[in-house]
Formats: sequence, C-alpha cells, structure tokens
Amino acid sequence: MSTSIPNITFSRRNFIRTSSLASGGLMIGFNLFTACKPDAKVPVDLASLDYSDFNAFIKIAKNGAVTIFSPNPEIGQGVKTAMPMLIAEELDVAWDKVYVEQGVLDTKNYTRQVAGGSQSIRHGWDALRQTGATAKQMLVNAAAARWGIEASECTVSEGVITNGKGETLGYGDVVEDAAVLEIPENVTLKEPKDYKIIGADIKNVDIDKIVTGKPLYGLDYKAEGMVYAAVLRPPAFGQELESFDAEEAKAMPGVIDVIKIGAKAKELLSKEKISWTAQLSPSEKVVVIAKTTWDAFKGKKAIKATWKDVSALEDSKYQDDKLVSLLDGVEFNTLRNDGDVNQAFAEADKVLERTYESPFLPHNTMEPMNFFANVTAEKIHLVGPVQTPEEAANTVAQLLDRDIEDISLEMTRMGGGFGRRLYGDFVYEAAEISDAIGKPVKMVSSREDDMTMGVYRPAIKYRIKAAVKDGELTGYYLKEAAVNGNMYGLIPNFFPAGAVENYKVDVASYPSKITTGAWRAPYTNFLAYAEQSFFDELAEVMEVDRVQLRLDLLEKVKGTTDERIQYSPERLQAVIKEVVDKSGWGKQPEGVYQGFVAYYCHNTHVAEVADVQMENEMPVIKKVTCVADCGIVVNPLGARNQVEGGIIDGIGHAMYGDFAFKDGVPQSKNFDRYRLIRMKEVPEVEMHFIENELAPTGLGEPTLPPAGGAIANAMKAATGKRVYKQPFMADPSFWKTTAKPIIG
Amino acid sequence: MATYQLNINGKSHSVDVSEDTPLLWVLRDHLDLVGTKFGCGIAQCGACTVHLDGSAIRSCSTTLAQVEGKSITTIEGLSEDGYHPLQEAWKEVDVPQCGYCQAGQIMTAAAFLENNPAPSKEDIKNAMHGNICRCASYNRIFKAVEMAAEKMG
Repeated sequence: MSTSIPNITFSRRNFIRTSSLASGGLMIGFNLFTACKPDAKVPVDLASLDYSDFNAFIKIAKNGAVTIFSPNPEIGQGVKTAMPMLIAEELDVAWDKVYVEQGVLDTKNYTRQVAGGSQSIRHGWDALRQTGATAKQMLVNAAAARWGIEASECTVSEGVITNGKGETLGYGDVVEDAAVLEIPENVTLKEPKDYKIIGADIKNVDIDKIVTGKPLYGLDYKAEGMVYAAVLRPPAFGQELESFDAEEAKAMPGVIDVIKIGAKAKELLSKEKISWTAQLSPSEKVVVIAKTTWDAFKGKKAIKATWKDVSALEDSKYQDDKLVSLLDGVEFNTLRNDGDVNQAFAEADKVLERTYESPFLPHNTMEPMNFFANVTAEKIHLVGPVQTPEEAANTVAQLLDRDIEDISLEMTRMGGGFGRRLYGDFVYEAAEISDAIGKPVKMVSSREDDMTMGVYRPAIKYRIKAAVKDGELTGYYLKEAAVNGNMYGLIPNFFPAGAVENYKVDVASYPSKITTGAWRAPYTNFLAYAEQSFFDELAEVMEVDRVQLRLDLLEKVKGTTDERIQYSPERLQAVIKEVVDKSGWGKQPEGVYQGFVAYYCHNTHVAEVADVQMENEMPVIKKVTCVADCGIVVNPLGARNQVEGGIIDGIGHAMYGDFAFKDGVPQSKNFDRYRLIRMKEVPEVEMHFIENELAPTGLGEPTLPPAGGAIANAMKAATGKRVYKQPFMADPSFWKTTAKPIIG
Repeated sequence: MATYQLNINGKSHSVDVSEDTPLLWVLRDHLDLVGTKFGCGIAQCGACTVHLDGSAIRSCSTTLAQVEGKSITTIEGLSEDGYHPLQEAWKEVDVPQCGYCQAGQIMTAAAFLENNPAPSKEDIKNAMHGNICRCASYNRIFKAVEMAAEKMG
C-alpha cells in the first residue's frame, strides 16, 4: 500500500562510521539496510577498502571532491547513477563534483546487494539519503565549531557552508575537523520541494566510457597470465557426459589443455543446502583451455563427445500436453481463495473461460555469460558480471570447500541482465576451471552456449474463468500451469484480488530438467498479458466500457482492510484516468485502433494504451502511451529510458519470442533463429509520470508485463482477432485481415 | 598460422594468428581493443561493427586476409577523445542502458552518415535495423543519429 515519506530519525550509530583518511579527508562507511557490527572500523586508506564491515563508502577529499562508491550491481537499469544521486542530494553537493565508483562485494555483511526485482532504489531510499544528510551535518558542525557559532546559524549550498556574516568554508576546508566529530544522532532530511538533484535529468555516469569503447564489461577484463576457457556442455537437457576424445583439439594451435570439470558442481547439487542461484547442469563438462577466445571456441568444436540420456528428453509438444493436462486436472496448490468461485459459476448468467499459452524464453543478454576466476592456495579472486555477487561468492566457497574470507569478487558493468545473471552457474564453472588448472582464467560463452545453457522463463499456460451475474463480475478463477513452477508469493494479491467476491488462484507445475528461473519481471511478464487480454474480452461479454470496468472494480477495493492486497486502488485509478487523457483514448482518428491495459507489479502502478494501424492488411504497432506511478522520480532521464525499454522489450517478446525444444535440445541457438525486436518494428513511446511525493519504487520491470496485453487488445480492435498464444507473430498470416478469425 | 600487417586506427600492427581467426578476436584478444564487442559471432547482431575503408563491416565474420592492406577503424579510433558528432549526440540523448551494443550502433551509424549525410527517417531506420539492442534503446538511437546528421549536415 502507499506510504508517504516519513521523517525517520533513527540512530546513526547503527549503520554509519567515519574516519580520517591517511591521505587527508573524510571517509564515511555505511551499511544499507542493516546495522554495522559494534566493532566495525572504517579503513583509513583507500587500498584497504575491503567492504568487510561496510558495503558502501563516501570519500570527501581535502579539495572538496566527493567520491561515492556505489554498492549495487549495474545491469543497465541505472542504479549506478540513481543511488549516488540520493546521497549527493542530501549531502548538498553539486552533481558535477561527484565521482562515482562501482563498489566491490561485501562478503561478510549480507545486505541486499542484488540487482533484481526493481528494488535497489526502493530499498536504498532511506539509508542513502540519511547517510548523505549525516555527512553534511558533520561538516556543518565542524564549520560552526570553527566559527564559534551554532550549526543552525549556517546555511549550505553545493558544498559551501556560509555563516551569518557571509563568510564561507568549503567542505574540503572542514573535512579534517569533521572526521573526528561525534556522529550526530538526528538529522533532518530535505523536503521534496527543496530537491536539486533528485528529479533532475542526470546522465548515465559511464556514458563517456561507453561511447568511446573503454573496457567496462566482464568480457573486457584481462589479467596477467590469464587464459581462456570454452565449455562443452550436454546438447540436451536430460543428458550427461559419457566420454570424450580430445586428441584433435589438443593438437590445435593455441590450445593449452583439455580438461573435465563438473565433479565438484555435481557434489554441490547433491548437498542439502544450496543457493537458489545454483542452477547448474549436473553433468560433467569438457573444457578447452586456450591462449585466446577464438582458439578455445575452435578447440571446443573439435571435441568428440558422447552423451548419455539420464532422464526424459522433452519436446515442446510433450510440454504443451503436460501443461494442458495439469490445467484440466485437479491437483493444484491454492495461493488465494476468497468466497466460493464454484458457486459463483453455478449461479452466473454468463461465464467466460479462456486459456493463454507462452513458450520458454531465453534472456539473450547482449554480453554472453562469462566470468574471470583466479583460484590460488591463498585466495580466490573473481571478476565479472553477476547480479547476485554474495550468493556467487558463497557458492564458490561451498563448491571449492574454501573459507569465504579467502574470496574477493569485483563486479563489472553488465551487458544486460534481465534475470539471467541472478544465477551463478558461469561463476562456479570459472572457479572450478581455475582451481583445476591453477591459472587465472576467463570462461567465455559463445552465443550458442549462452542461448542453450539458459535458465529460461518457463513455458506457462493460464486458464482464466469469470462469472458474471446481473451485470457484475461475481467470480474470478485463475489457474496456472508452468514447467518447474512460476507464480508464488504476493502475486495472487494483485488486481483483481479484493475486487471480486469469489476469487481463487491455483497453481500447478511439473519438474523438468530444463533449468528455469527469473526473467525480467518474473512471474508477471506473461500473466499481465493473459489477464489484461482477458479483461478486454470480459468487457465485451459484459457489454461495458473497458476502462470503466477497471475503474468500477477498483472502486470496490477502496478502504479495504485486507492487508494482503498489494496495489493501491487510488493509484491504479489515477494512472488509468491519466492514460485515457494523454492517449486520446476513444477519440483516436479514423484508422487508429487502440488497446488499453492497467497493471500493478514491482510496487509500481502502470497504465498503457497501444495504437495500431493497418498496413498491407497487417496490424502495425505505431505508438504506446504510458503513465506510471513510481512515487518520486529520482532520475527522470533514466526513468524514461527504463519505461520505454521495458515497453519495447515486452512488445518484442510478445510478438516474436519463441523457444522450442526437440528431444531436450533448444531449437534456437543464435539470432538467425531467434528473433529479437529491431529498429523498424519499434513504436513511438510517450511517457508520463504521476507527480507525487511518495517514496520511490522501481522501474526496471513494471512497464514490461502489460505491454503484451496493450498490443494484443489493440490488434484485436484493428483486426477483430484475439490472440491467445505468444508469440503473436508465430504465424503472421493469422493477422491478414482476409483470414478467418480464430477463437481459441 | 600466418603473419598479417594490419592498419588499425592509423597505426600499423603485426599479428601472428591462424588464418581463420576473425578480425573481432584479433582486436579484442591480441590488440586489447575491447571496444568492439562480441555478440553473436554470425553477423546477426552488429555489436562487432567496425569500418573497413570507411564501410561498416561485421568483424566477427571477417578474416584478416580480407582486411590486410586496408584501413580499419574501431570505436577507439572513431574520434579523438569521443568528440565525433555521433558520440556527442549519444551523450546528449543519453542513449545507453547497459551500453554493450552501443559501440556497434555508433560505428554502423557513422559509416551510414558518411554515405548519406541528409537521411530521411526511413533511411535511418533501414540503416540501423541490423543492429540489435537488447535493452531496446532504439528510439533514442534513432534520435541520436538524427541529431548527429543535423549537426554534420
């Protein structure tokens, strides 16, 4: 539910410490989200920043320069820019005087150092602002002491402190004094109206390096004596290595050795307690060690391996049949059950039931999976792109039976994440390889490796059934069947939970050897299309206005005492009303067909309208208008990038994303057989944000899930055809207006 | 193995590699020019785009025999200190999200604008259609190319 910004005043001692830097200046160490240990000490020089007691630091140098060591992994969602903005705002320094460095993993204090679930900004909002405000107060106290006045007599602007006489001191002038002061117990945070940096368009902090091609990503990282490794894994899920012949590969130029790994990974998988990020094939793997990436790739192709079937090799047809039989069956796990849906259906005037189907989806980050590992008898150094650094380090410790204290992990900028880099399989592989060969190594995946060793969004089917009586929605029953499972936790408490008297959510799954997991906007990335498409059709059946149907249902949720309900009916209504206004809903010119959706997920409320026009008898997506309520927009420039990227990503995968299996083998291995959205298929995106002073929520994901619904509904308006299966363009001829409508 | 003389960003380099080594991996692994990115290895995504005598090519599918004696330009050599109008426009528009594909996008656009200094919207879309951006920053890529074209024109 919505929360306003409280002026929290809790003890600074719990999470902040300061020290004087040996080279001069002030070092502030702090922990986001957790308290420090009582004996935690801030290091006095930069070389000893080991992130063992704190996961983030601010350095204020004697010349007034401020360096913020940003703690959270950057995957393109903009937190490396947005999180330091929160500190800089309350510290009251000019943004162009601030330098931002990526922090290193803290392996001792388990905080939320994860990129996932659109939560970085939401969780860091209070702690980051309070850290900045505390540092500022210490600097002001130092200046006041020097002038012999009260701190309250000073004013601050952009790193300059001014007293009543107009005399000034820069932060750099008083930083040495401040370093030895008591940490103030209470500080006051700024009112939103006084923000100078929050709410300003701040550009990506790495942009100069990105446009000039400087080394930034894991794949760019090199170390002295480093060799390259390519890993040959089973071609099919359900297979394991039987034997291999490496004679030809070993004789190739550049190939140093061919080894086998996986015994340790297999042992890890058999342990009782392993990390949820340990999605690994239990098979042993053949690894080519070479002087260059190309030598390793070539050597891998020369390996002759035989594989044995250890479990069923699944076809997409098998999966489809299995999921349908689960939906038709009676074995479900009930996640929410209000009233009695069966009675509602029995008493209904009208019943609508539809089934929606989706394929698996690979993540396809542009930077293929890779990681650097240097395992020595003394320590383990890991470098690369991973969304869950502490889970990766812990699992490597478990894998190699080493002390976590021996492990350091450096995060690089990531060439995309989308959930794939939550899983650490490539980190463990790199570590196991380095351990085996006793050399620093970079494990590099080819695109084919990357696409076929996925942790895929599972194939899912939804069956939704609604009961209508006396013109009211009286029952709503959502059933999910997913390979390895999908929906859980809070999602059954999203809209329309609370708005329908008889409401039930059931889930079923079957276990598969195909590894599955989180994919951008997990659990809702397909659900939102299914439900929003269903609501569009439900409005037709109920003969009511599509928008009014949602507004009326939301009206019923207002004032609810059900604490499980996740969304705010007021905020969802507000984005709906705004998108109706901004998109010209219902007032579109002739030849423009619109589709409407409204959705809540990842703590953000979103409404979208898609505009479709017919060209050459085919529906073409021309524009999407989006209104989002994510509370205070920390960085509007970054926010627009996320909103737009999410919508286009959602459209691209709904339209084209297809991933089939035959005998356990993925049928798409590269971009020649896997279609991603490209420039000419991209609509214009118009974005608006609700202006309020509520605590910010994330934007990396929430605009994606409903986008598929918006275009499906618009294409229905344009062609009269409703689509129940993704990808929509599996058979483009379906959409030709001369074709016969299919109702499924 | 064979020895090749390469002219990259105005400098001469001698490399000793097997004949089938793609230009991409020579740039990245042998010469430490890692701005050119590996995306697919089969000329489908455009992340590895460089210039060969001013034309955009996919370095992942180009052998050294094809480029010897010709002038190769990578993102590192597109301009001094990143002041090419496209790089400036990329910063102005704040195009990147993850940023990984952007060097390839810029190189594709740079070769395109050399040959077509006053492109139509349709021209830009056609020229950039071959480069994948998984973060879907396409509309900003389009805007930045249009902005650079105006400045250069």
